[in-house]
Amino acid sequence: EVEGERPADAPESCPGTSSTDAGKASACAGCPNQKICASGEANKPDPDVGVIRERMRDVAHKLLVLSGKGGVGKSSVACSLAVALSENDANQVGLLDCDICGPSIPTIMGVVGEEVHMSNLGWQPVYAEHNLAVMSIGFVLPSLDDAVIWKGPKKNGMIKQFLKDVHWSDITHLIIDTPPGTSDEHLSITTLLADADVDGAVIVTTPQEVALLDVRKQINFCKKVKMRVLGVISNMDGFVCPSCSGTSQIFPADSGGVEAMCAEMDVPFLGSIPLDPKFARACDEGKRFTDQWPTSQTAKSIGNIVEALTGRLDGGKNK
Amino acid sequence: MAESGRARTRVVVVLSGKGGVGKSTTAVHIAVAMARAGKKVGVLDVDLCGPSIPRLLGLEDAVVMHGEEGWHPVYADEEKRLCVMSIGFLLPDKNAPVIWRGPKKESMIKQFIEDVCWGPLDAIVIDTPPGTSDEHISVCQNLQKSDMHIDGCVLVTTPQRVALADVRREISFCRKVGLPILGLFENMSGYVCPHCKECTNVFSRGGGESLAANASIAFLGAIPIDPQLQQCAVL
Repeated sequence: EVEGERPADAPESCPGTSSTDAGKASACAGCPNQKICASGEANKPDPDVGVIRERMRDVAHKLLVLSGKGGVGKSSVACSLAVALSENDANQVGLLDCDICGPSIPTIMGVVGEEVHMSNLGWQPVYAEHNLAVMSIGFVLPSLDDAVIWKGPKKNGMIKQFLKDVHWSDITHLIIDTPPGTSDEHLSITTLLADADVDGAVIVTTPQEVALLDVRKQINFCKKVKMRVLGVISNMDGFVCPSCSGTSQIFPADSGGVEAMCAEMDVPFLGSIPLDPKFARACDEGKRFTDQWPTSQTAKSIGNIVEALTGRLDGGKNK
Repeated sequence: MAESGRARTRVVVVLSGKGGVGKSTTAVHIAVAMARAGKKVGVLDVDLCGPSIPRLLGLEDAVVMHGEEGWHPVYADEEKRLCVMSIGFLLPDKNAPVIWRGPKKESMIKQFIEDVCWGPLDAIVIDTPPGTSDEHISVCQNLQKSDMHIDGCVLVTTPQRVALADVRREISFCRKVGLPILGLFENMSGYVCPHCKECTNVFSRGGGESLAANASIAFLGAIPIDPQLQQCAVL
């Protein structure tokens, strides 16, 4: 079930501020928020949703990159999508890193150590290319080695600032990277973007069942919050040995694999990307893998996926 | 929870910061090794959004019984050396997402630590989700209030830079909350091709060992990628 907001000072059996029982349930007796909840004030739409809608109005395409499972390559795929889209000079791409605890985007994009500045138009993102702007908490932390030990409400506040206050300039595409799971960050992003006409979500997974367990949940999360699933990418799918060119599966599809899961869950399969040590190294070094190895199977796979995804984006939001 | 006169249950928390590095697999293998050595061990899975422990131990269809004293953990073996608690056992639909904000997650973790009838255990291994957020804060706070003895945590990383960055933050978390760090594993350290037996450093190599040295943490070893590792976590 979707958990509505439960204020920190509410009793444990609080029905949630967005519940129809808010302020009226027996658990509400004695709660300091009871009056507010009963009046319906707590349930009024957040005005910032409208502010964000306006911010996003001229952005033609907005998509989330999700997984559910950690470590499957969400951030590297989000970056690959952003880079691929930016290769078309007609596109202006924004890449927003909403992984507050583990921001990987600055490393992968090769812009670690850059700073963001506040102008009268809002926060100025960091430009990784002339037409590819990036925002991440990684640019805001005083030290990248310090843990961001934030509970939900503080993380939600930062995400709201990211969506509301970043001056993306005239971007055509906004790609939003997320942390693993289905929690505060995901609820906040989908709630705050509810009126912003998001194209949908790209879901990344690896082939094995322990990943698919989480991905099925993520797909059902998307259905619950009415977020279209643009497609699923099977990452780290197949390994070609650089010595003998023999193929093997490091993460075996022990339950039928991603394509079978997509058919079962009635979502599109966008394609698969092999496990390539050169790709992993490029992400670590902040280098553009598809520039360095354009003819590799990995680069071709990424290209095919981007083509399939662009087709779905251009095909219209109601399909 | 501990009977009077009996040694307190010792707790090891498995952390990373980074997702997908093998925390759950490591947690299971630590617990299984202890159980095989004759200890009574519990595994507590506090990854509420993505519980992996039931599948890794072949317990996906298990159901938790609730008695007057609280929840009874699921036993992984007939001899009852290894017991498990996970939200995975409580979900009626395994594909239904747990879409909870922080306070509800905290509340569940508190119940897991206080209201599960673990019995007299030698140790509990706690598997955690990636990050340094509600679940991690809640585990530390509730353990401190319990009568269990917190031995410390084991960190798991893969060798590459994007993982190490998250693990450095996790080390900072441990130090901030006063959680002793028992050591660090470097997982997925090299892959041996099944055809030609050449080892490829798929996710780089050695990063975990360097990080451990730089952070003055015990390096517990490097584990290569073995696709069969996940399938072998049974007693």
